[in-house]
Amino acid sequence: MRHKSQGVLPGFGLSLGITCTYLSLMVLVPLATVFARSAELTGDAFWNTVTDPRVVASYRVTLGASFVAASVNTVFGLLVAWVLVRYRFPGRRIVDAMVDLPFALPTAVAGIALTTLYVPNGWIGRYLEPLGIKVSYTWLGITIALIFIGLPFVVRTVQPVLDDLEVEVEEAAASLGAKRWQTFTRVVFPTVGPALLTGFALAFARAIGEYGSVVFISGNMPMKTEIVPLLIITKLEQYDYAGATAVALVMLLLSFALLLTINLLQWAARRRMAV
Amino acid sequence: MTTAAIIRDAATAPRAVTRATGESPAVRWTLIGIALVFLALVLLLPLAIVFTQAFAKGLPAYWEAIKEPDALSAAKLTLLIASIAVPLNLVFGVAAAWCISKFEFRGKNLLITLIDLPFAVSPVISGMIFVLLFGAHGWFGDLLFEHDIQIIFAVPGMVLATTFVTAPFIARELIPLMQEQGSEEEEAAIVLGASGWQTFFRVTLPNIKWGLLYGLILCNARAMGEFGAVSVVSGHIRGETNTLPLHVEILYNEYSFAASFAVASVLTLLAFVTLALKTLVEWQQRRAAEEAADPDATLERNAA
Repeated sequence: MRHKSQGVLPGFGLSLGITCTYLSLMVLVPLATVFARSAELTGDAFWNTVTDPRVVASYRVTLGASFVAASVNTVFGLLVAWVLVRYRFPGRRIVDAMVDLPFALPTAVAGIALTTLYVPNGWIGRYLEPLGIKVSYTWLGITIALIFIGLPFVVRTVQPVLDDLEVEVEEAAASLGAKRWQTFTRVVFPTVGPALLTGFALAFARAIGEYGSVVFISGNMPMKTEIVPLLIITKLEQYDYAGATAVALVMLLLSFALLLTINLLQWAARRRMAV
Repeated sequence: MTTAAIIRDAATAPRAVTRATGESPAVRWTLIGIALVFLALVLLLPLAIVFTQAFAKGLPAYWEAIKEPDALSAAKLTLLIASIAVPLNLVFGVAAAWCISKFEFRGKNLLITLIDLPFAVSPVISGMIFVLLFGAHGWFGDLLFEHDIQIIFAVPGMVLATTFVTAPFIARELIPLMQEQGSEEEEAAIVLGASGWQTFFRVTLPNIKWGLLYGLILCNARAMGEFGAVSVVSGHIRGETNTLPLHVEILYNEYSFAASFAVASVLTLLAFVTLALKTLVEWQQRRAAEEAADPDATLERNAA
């Protein structure tokens, strides 16, 4: 049936031609330069660049903060999605629309707003200061910026799955004598599990590349609060193109691996739904 | 048992089941409370501080920061970049969605993954790749220098970086939507003698208009708000290669906080408009889906 349509509808050549040409010129060729440029480095030089202590420290900062932020988002994202899908309360629609704010708000705006909130005399910072908690210009500040950026990914991935969840299954569990908590851990949680994992991976993938919202709050101290994207910019500004490219290649490979994982997760989830 | 009792039992029965599958009011309101406090801390406070800081020095200072020539030229450049990047990605998005949703071919899944690539790339790397291509030490650096063409640290580079970053938005919205809609309606139009373009504008476009609008809104928001990628390829020259987000950064780093937040508040309003339009489009989409599921209701409404 699908093959017949190929004969009837026009525009296959044109649309595929536009798609492939545009994608190649705009996306693939530019991205390929990272691989081509890294190949100009000898193996040793490449290895020394990407294992330099300052670079390794920046991986640790970026990956650590991204992991913590994505984990926090997973817990609270599930809670927010659950509350939005299951409960009715005044202002629910506005809250639902607000969840997308981090997608819509330019990252630089988020960056300066969060920094101003968490500096020692800021609205939140002044209450944390007496407790000895420093947020701005520390690792914690980076994490908070990444929580802001990643939240909608988890909520928006989990929400449709919770929406589709058949209440009948929960009723069955309840009528068979399951406690509410058991129904949740044994019935609801396994169903939303794949979506939750996808949301985590999406938030994590976004976090490791994030720049705009983090640079203002991070303080950018080498070895301590320097994130990988900032290190790449620093190298570019010093005309160390080879160094910047090598570090970028490591990040790109990590991002592509994550993209692949996310696609596999979504594919697995779709198969589950189909069955 | 009286009839009334039976009816009462029937009426209360579903509620008993709901109680079994729902939480007690105490648990429910605690969960709602925690979620709202979390969202207020993460989302609402940053918004509130943007506007209080923007007006910290009063309305005249706010107005001054917005209508200052450098801010106006940054706004113009932001609009210019978006007005090039968004239409390019619109053509690409529609073409990609058409070939992917209406035809079967080998490598389709690979193509879909490749379209998503820019989402997986850090904004900083998205800017860097154009420096590697067109910068002074880039592949085409000498050639461009000979012909006195500047791409990096100039407007063309900023347009390229923005276009790269926003490339997937419209395609991503349209592909699943058009796959779900299938191609029966288009096939019917063609068989009845419509041309390809007629079919697209009269049959496909009305079906995808809300999804298309949604993609356009998201693409535009990102194009106007992009910071990292544009920052790498911008020369950071006031009045020349400064967009609104970059202007926010410059003012902030100069400790002109009120002015910085004033410009930021304009971008925040843009985000509000984006969210409002998005909510409206989702609402329209839901209505269209309901009407498709229940054509009688539509007929009745149209008759009334």
